[in-house]
Amino acid sequence: MNDTELRWQRFEHKKVMSLIKEKLLGHNFLLFVTVALFVVMYIAGLFVYKDKNFGNMQVFLNLLISNAGLIITSVGMTMVLIIAGIDISVGSVVAVTCMMLASMMEKGKIDALPAIAIVLLFGIAFGAIQGWFIAYMKLQPFIVTLAGMFFARGLTAVISLEMITITNKTFLSIAQHKMYLPFGGSLNKRGVMIYPYVYPTVAAALIILVLAFIMLRYTKFGRSIYAVGGSEQSAMLMGLNVKRIKFLVYIINGFLASLGGVAFCLNTTGAFVELAKGFEMEAIAATVIGGTPLTGGVGNVFGTLFGVLIKATIETFVSFQGTLSSWWSKIIIAALLAFFIILQSLLTMRKERQR
Amino acid sequence: MKIGGEILTMHHISKSFLGVKALSNVDFTLRAGEIHALMGENGAGKSTLIKVLTGAEEFESGEIRIAGKPIINRSPQEAQLNGISTVYQEINLCPNLSVAENLFLGRQPQKHGAIDWKTMYKKAKEAFEALDINIDVTSTLDNYSLAIQQMVAIARAVDISSRVLILDEPTSSLDDSEVEKLFSIMRKLKECGLGIIFVTHFIEQVYKICDRITVLRNGELVGEYEVGNLPRVQLVARMMGKDFEGLAEIKRHEAGTEEDNAATVIEARGLGCTGKVKPFDLNVSKGDVIGISGLLGSGRSELARVIYGADKPDTGELKMNDKKLDIRAPLDAVRSGIAFLPENRKEEGVIGDLSVRENIVLALQARKGIFRLLGKKEQEEFTDRYMDILKIKASDREAPVKRLSGGNQQKVVLARWLLTNPDFLILDEPTRGIDIGTKNEIQRLIVNLAKEGKAVIFISSEIEEMLRTCNRMVVMRDSSKVGELSNNEITQENIMKAIAGGNAS
Repeated sequence: MNDTELRWQRFEHKKVMSLIKEKLLGHNFLLFVTVALFVVMYIAGLFVYKDKNFGNMQVFLNLLISNAGLIITSVGMTMVLIIAGIDISVGSVVAVTCMMLASMMEKGKIDALPAIAIVLLFGIAFGAIQGWFIAYMKLQPFIVTLAGMFFARGLTAVISLEMITITNKTFLSIAQHKMYLPFGGSLNKRGVMIYPYVYPTVAAALIILVLAFIMLRYTKFGRSIYAVGGSEQSAMLMGLNVKRIKFLVYIINGFLASLGGVAFCLNTTGAFVELAKGFEMEAIAATVIGGTPLTGGVGNVFGTLFGVLIKATIETFVSFQGTLSSWWSKIIIAALLAFFIILQSLLTMRKERQR
Repeated sequence: MKIGGEILTMHHISKSFLGVKALSNVDFTLRAGEIHALMGENGAGKSTLIKVLTGAEEFESGEIRIAGKPIINRSPQEAQLNGISTVYQEINLCPNLSVAENLFLGRQPQKHGAIDWKTMYKKAKEAFEALDINIDVTSTLDNYSLAIQQMVAIARAVDISSRVLILDEPTSSLDDSEVEKLFSIMRKLKECGLGIIFVTHFIEQVYKICDRITVLRNGELVGEYEVGNLPRVQLVARMMGKDFEGLAEIKRHEAGTEEDNAATVIEARGLGCTGKVKPFDLNVSKGDVIGISGLLGSGRSELARVIYGADKPDTGELKMNDKKLDIRAPLDAVRSGIAFLPENRKEEGVIGDLSVRENIVLALQARKGIFRLLGKKEQEEFTDRYMDILKIKASDREAPVKRLSGGNQQKVVLARWLLTNPDFLILDEPTRGIDIGTKNEIQRLIVNLAKEGKAVIFISSEIEEMLRTCNRMVVMRDSSKVGELSNNEITQENIMKAIAGGNAS
């Protein structure tokens, strides 16, 4: 190899390295860590739980099936965190939508579809009221949604203290409708090809995810959300209607919380007062692990999807392991959260030093 | 392009805050293709005038016309629609978004209803290339220096509306090469026929780039001048409100002692604090009363604060009595025998709800540490002694300080520091808002302190006062120490020349 070539190679190497460095240290770094972590965990699972068929496509899809509601709710939470807000009412909203659905269908004899429409409208109204207080009355989002959390939970109990099991046929047919994938099948013991499936809730979650991604990336409103999160003052001086943007984000979040509630309800096909307790914290945890810091301005809904998947994988591991209490998954998630928060603050510090 | 017709006229603008006139009958005219400096000391009304113009504040009377058409701006957005954009000292952009997005936020190019990122990046690149700035527009803003961020803000302002551009203290946090870069952009924009209002307190920069100067003082218009017709000294005189032609020679009270071989108390070498005051050298000897003069905002107080450690110096070293001082917090300064009377006594000096006694013993107690409490009797003795020496008028020593008059409050702070028996006192505007009689008393006290062998730094907005009491004078300009005058050199004329700087005549 002659001298010029060598130099050229070195130059190329340097360029690539600086590009990698730049990309890694940019805002995408957190997303990258999240995805990498999930991939590592999944591959580890393939080896460790080989005998339990961890590699089976259906096992993966079950992660999505059992967490469709969480994905939908977390997408809303991602937007709220990007504007540097917070919403701790979503768990109670999920509970109250589920309870309203059950009560309307079982006691009110309202059919599934109109009942779903009603709870979605309720979610929008709930988000609008909270958003109005936060955006226009300039109240702390934590306090407003704390009140919302108590209110929605209280409302759930007022509707019914008893557990309601859903028997509505339309509802159950949606809940049990299997959507088979055209690939990834495997032969069962009798030699019949079984294709993996998902439920409609997963399809809804993925559609919401893609729509949210497009909105955040390709619409003026979506970009305004990031601008508000970056600096409210600047966004205002740059001519954005900050109050309206915040208001709309909380409305969208209210809608997604109730939609998440519907998905959740399709999974449980029943409602009780204590339903989805701590769900809001799971949504916040998944969003933060997905690379959206609480400080706002940064975030990506696909990161959030991976945040949910990481949480789901940990739970699967713990249940596959068999002897561990399921509460261990909480401890692991706590460790992960701590890791991500430290990572985020290290990145911020590094950036500040650089300038 | 030559300077064109008037694009912006403000006529008889008045505005008051809580009954205090901030602007009264101010006129201002801006022509197309000119850079117009708006000058004045802090509090002269520059910011208020800008706020009124951009719709951030309402004005009470007067009229604003753009290209002859009367307008009323109720918000910065409305001002923008009328062709007036502002770039502030603090950057008002989103650090988490890319440079290109910051340029186009709210008006992103679209294709099929979606944001067209490719076109946006291309347009942004072109916009910056037109201003000779070569940066990666896809990178987020927080990757860039303040100077670049400022230029992005300017590019955005110009891209949105292109008639009047207001630059509010844009150079305060830029280094020399960055200022040059900014100036070349300003010249380019001027060529395009923009009218630029340049608010600054850097006199040098005004003479480098501006065509015209409007001077404000105390909310009133002093005048509009062509840069070529107004020598620097005259500008300074107008900003300070002195009639330069008729400067009276002021007879010195009783100057500080003037021994050449007095022991050095404080020696600063290259002491500085980024963004506050540029590195300076200063020697203070026993018996010195050193005045610091300069326009308001030129770094007078900052210099004092750096010596005291209220702002932590990041360069240079400070020696006291030939020993190196490492001041991490004001308490270290107190322990080494430095006393500091801050400029803003309401917020930084007295504690209004505490009694005269408690306020007076505060610093001594802090110096001794909280575990060695001063006895009640001791405290009372000290208080009575200083109330007597300084003639503090209070109903009794347990009266809350907030009930005292401004002059007496100031004396309480002074007593607090005298009690610690400091070797070195820094007095920042000790006579502001005090009646003449008390002023004289304090001046006399300062001279007496110097005679006792203490070293004093005395800062005042009133040059006359410093002329009477100081034996040396440090002159500040644009956050740096630009000169030192001693004894007979100290005259108003010399001070103003030093403040004006350059080839002032």
